[in-house]
Amino acid sequence: MFSAATIDSGATAWVLVSAALVAFMTPGLAFFYGGMVRSKNVLGMLMQNVFAMGLISVLWALVGFSLAFGGTGSLIGNFDFVAMKGLGTLAELPGYTGDFALVVPVLAFFGYQMMFAVITPALITGATADRLKFGAYAILIGAWSVIVYPVVAHWVFSPNGWLFKRGALDFAGGAVVHINAGAAALAVIMVLGNRRSWPREAMPPHNLPFTMLGTGILWFGWFGFNAGSALAANGLAAQALVNTHLAAAAAMLSWLAIEKVKTGHFTTLGAASGAVAGLVAITPCAGFVGGVAPIIIGLAAGIVCYLALRLKLMLKLDDSLDVIAVHLVGGILGSVLLGLFSDTSVNALGFDGAFFGGGTELLVNQVIAVVATFAFSFVVTYAVARVLNATMGIRVSPEDELAGLDQSQHAEAAYQA
Amino acid sequence: MKLITAVIKPFKIDDVKEALKAAGVQGITVTEVRGFGRQGGHTETYRGAEYQIDFVPKAKVELVVDDSNVNTVLDVITKAAATGKIGDGKIWVTNVEQVIRIRTGEQGPDAI
Repeated sequence: MFSAATIDSGATAWVLVSAALVAFMTPGLAFFYGGMVRSKNVLGMLMQNVFAMGLISVLWALVGFSLAFGGTGSLIGNFDFVAMKGLGTLAELPGYTGDFALVVPVLAFFGYQMMFAVITPALITGATADRLKFGAYAILIGAWSVIVYPVVAHWVFSPNGWLFKRGALDFAGGAVVHINAGAAALAVIMVLGNRRSWPREAMPPHNLPFTMLGTGILWFGWFGFNAGSALAANGLAAQALVNTHLAAAAAMLSWLAIEKVKTGHFTTLGAASGAVAGLVAITPCAGFVGGVAPIIIGLAAGIVCYLALRLKLMLKLDDSLDVIAVHLVGGILGSVLLGLFSDTSVNALGFDGAFFGGGTELLVNQVIAVVATFAFSFVVTYAVARVLNATMGIRVSPEDELAGLDQSQHAEAAYQA
Repeated sequence: MKLITAVIKPFKIDDVKEALKAAGVQGITVTEVRGFGRQGGHTETYRGAEYQIDFVPKAKVELVVDDSNVNTVLDVITKAAATGKIGDGKIWVTNVEQVIRIRTGEQGPDAI
């Protein structure tokens, strides 16, 4: 039985609430993306995201958590915690000792991390919109949630992981969530192929009000994503919350500014996309930076991610909803900027970045973490996608693509006339 | 009996409806449609990508009139729907074989 003395009730309450906040982000993401696709595919998008809440949660409980946080290995966890064995009474999680000791019950940490594991593969759906078979999607993310996500989570989040031990920093998942999912999205769309009429046919969003609502939910939930990662109810969580919000705000402004310069308009989709880009970029930095750093990081994210939108046209790759521009590029940007702005006076358990007297050591480690995460996720996901495509085929038939996912994959229509 | 079909600017529906009522017309049907003639479409921008949207929202007004009323109704609609700017729309007239009032079973001009 764990000692009640090590459990902080404020921290526990905050982490439990944060788990709920992050859980809410998956349906938020569903509507953020759903509004951007055409009406014949909206249920397909919503279903893929909501389904992740079902499948990934169960897989996480059965094996994902154990692979991510079990044992003392540096490359991967183990099977000690399969089916959550012993988690209810576990005194200490491997690696979470000394300065990193949890002050919340292990089960709370498990539950909180579960919501991260759920939303990460769901990010891929933005890139693959309108043409991925539902059954193939289910198997793809199921496999991914066992052989890719827990590995990267172990490397970066677990104190036993090799990137953590190197000194790479990732407060809430810039690498584990955004670079990981972004690399995977790139790999899948290379196998999946572009939409039949892309980029020739105009496919504007069918319901931007949904997208705006989804943005609000994501922004709200992100307080749990970032500030909850302090795993404590204290000044660090407060700093993370403030950083998160300011980065979103600044990124919205800079995206709108560059959009006005380039196209002559301020758009609602631009405001939403800018805010999300800022939230992505601040994710690795949230509990390691202070002062005006979140504003600078946000401003940079709005500009850089906007400019990254052209990548898909340059590569002739149909990343339908710009997962690469926002999550992959945004995650890389934030992770690298952390190498500059990290400040141990904000978080003594971090390291100083180049702007705070730390030299280039952290920056180098951040780049290593970025490259390692990208390479692993991309290669393994590409292999899984190729195998699935060779066996069951991952792309819907041309007729089904024309009819739309709602009808072809789910025998439903979103909007009855 | 003639079917008069008019495709007009959507915000002109009320003006056309009131003008027709004032002229003694007792019923019309209105549908929301999209279309283009010589009026160009417009541009929409999403994440930096410009989309040329050819179709413009319009309203289609249909009414069945007695032959003797055709010219009056055409004149009423034309005046009420016009703004003088491109995209005002078009009206055309087609023959109607039969008209029946469902409630009473009346047929022909009595049913108009």
